Amino acid sequence: MGQTELVGDRRTRHCATTRLGSLTNAFPSLKQPNFVLTQLIVNGLVTGSVYAIGAVGISLIYGILRLVNFAYGEFMTAGAFLAYVGNVTLGLPIVLATGIGMLLTAGLALSLEPVLWRPLRRKQAGFMSMFLASIALALVIRSVILLVATPRSRSYDVDPYAVYRVGDVRLSQGAAFAIVVAIASITLVGVFLARTSTGRKLRAIADSRVLAAVAGVDVGRLTAVTWVITGCLAGLAGVLAGLVQSTFDPNFGFALLLPLFAAVLLGGLGSVYGALLGGLVLGLVTEVSTWSGFLGGVPPSYKPVIAFIALIVALIARPQGLLGRARTL
Amino acid sequence: MSALLSVDFWVLVGIVAGIYWIFTLGLQLEFGYCGLMNFGHVAFMAIAAYTMAILTVKAGLSMWVASVAAIAAAAVAGVMLGLPTVRLRADYFAITTIAFSEIVRYVATNEDSLTGGAQGTINLLGAEQAASYNASWERFRSWLGDALGLGTRDAVMLLVIVVTAILLTTVVWALMRTPWGRAIKAIREDEDAAQSLGKNVFAYRLQVLAMGSALAGIAGLFYAWQFSFFGPVDFAPLVTFFAWLIMILGGLARAWAVPVGALVFGVIFAGTRFFDFPPFSLLDSADRAYFRLIIIGLIILGLVLFRPQGILGKRAEMVLQ
Repeated sequence: MGQTELVGDRRTRHCATTRLGSLTNAFPSLKQPNFVLTQLIVNGLVTGSVYAIGAVGISLIYGILRLVNFAYGEFMTAGAFLAYVGNVTLGLPIVLATGIGMLLTAGLALSLEPVLWRPLRRKQAGFMSMFLASIALALVIRSVILLVATPRSRSYDVDPYAVYRVGDVRLSQGAAFAIVVAIASITLVGVFLARTSTGRKLRAIADSRVLAAVAGVDVGRLTAVTWVITGCLAGLAGVLAGLVQSTFDPNFGFALLLPLFAAVLLGGLGSVYGALLGGLVLGLVTEVSTWSGFLGGVPPSYKPVIAFIALIVALIARPQGLLGRARTL
Repeated sequence: MSALLSVDFWVLVGIVAGIYWIFTLGLQLEFGYCGLMNFGHVAFMAIAAYTMAILTVKAGLSMWVASVAAIAAAAVAGVMLGLPTVRLRADYFAITTIAFSEIVRYVATNEDSLTGGAQGTINLLGAEQAASYNASWERFRSWLGDALGLGTRDAVMLLVIVVTAILLTTVVWALMRTPWGRAIKAIREDEDAAQSLGKNVFAYRLQVLAMGSALAGIAGLFYAWQFSFFGPVDFAPLVTFFAWLIMILGGLARAWAVPVGALVFGVIFAGTRFFDFPPFSLLDSADRAYFRLIIIGLIILGLVLFRPQGILGKRAEMVLQ
């Protein structure tokens, strides 16, 4: 993610062609490995911050609602396409369109609570039923998006050639937007959970739904709050991923979901800070793995595989994830 | 609608249902009987199919030898995946297995020189010549067809698949009545209790994974033989989800519920293709494919909500939780 759109000079054009052509070495002709490494680290931070937003949402849903939500990838796709309607069809600026995409995705996530999740919880459905229901839901949402939007690739109405330079490092406008918004929104979520009364109640539910209810916490209302927050985060992650990748199609959320799950597991299921860390680590690992100084560089098409290998290695060493609690095993 | 009345069409539906029958039987063994939440089952189908095709085309082995090696490869891959993962909690295991199946698919897509890449096995010998692995199978099939007096190739295929599936289902059914089978079910019910009775939970789970993966591998071989060539797209995660649907439709922890689920799935899957009356006639064929997935998704949701034990499931023994 994030390097081919930095078009402009001969060197980066070469990157673009090798990525499409030979897969044996991503950057065979680059003579400045250290420069490339800095650029890759920056790209990794961009990818990582998008992963982090998505992973924090997944982790919140798991922590508070005890649900591994497989439909989260489709929430991201929905957010990206709803923002696309605002940005391209209606011609709104991207910031406004992002806000619309987030709110509508939150509405989608919230509307499923009374239709699907509450009845399931009332039937005492366990982890397995919920997981399977979310997979089926993902299938339904993705197919609906494919039906309505067609499988065609889209891109937002932003200038792909506008590039910020910091020293030798280049950052596309979309990537810069992603990194700024990611830092801002994650800080907001962190402050919300740590400092506000609603945030404290949410953490109480995460500890024990029953005890929180006994202590007078309105579990139903806070479940709705959770869906709104995580829906917003999913929509945001979808738009930012679409900006960073420069093109997206109705399947892209599902493709992103597996690295996101890897990030969540890496950090420890249910741990918000773990998800944050896992997202950043995975973003960095996948981007830096293509550096020619690292075993000659892994072909870029193998980035997702690198993410999973990192996950499996980490799980062998620490089965509960980096910041997960030991009781999870 | 006329295609709905054609025998050939229903034979093809039967073949697909039969392949899913064998495939899902492996999942039933792993999840229904042993509680292993494998969401990467399709990986083992892919590993066996590719091993068979590569050994036949590139190493020049006899297809039958290659097929035995392919089933062994699937079983070994199951153990390899299990070694680091079966100790994990169910949710971690589920996500790790699905990640594994995607790794397999990425490798199959990107290692052109080994697997033929995104184009599939037809490119195994490079883009210049079309590679084929199933000459031996076609010879066997026409010999069997002549011997039994069966007219079409597909009818022979259906017969072979159904006979194999019945044999394998009987084996699984009988296995569950042995002490080994009872240990497996005990592990599903209470891992700690089984452990305290001296059962090696880790080893049992690896054995189950090996057997389940071998069953997926057999399904993969039939898939490869039936369709003459295949590619990475044939092994998308959707295939695993279909197997879950079949298993839950039929009922958990019952070997003979699998064919029922597979048949119902086959009819739904094939039947929705012929929605050519309004309002569906307004959709083109690609749109109807999406529509079909929507219907399948809604059926799974309905089952999870209203009949978690499936059509034939024993509520007392195993309910989806």
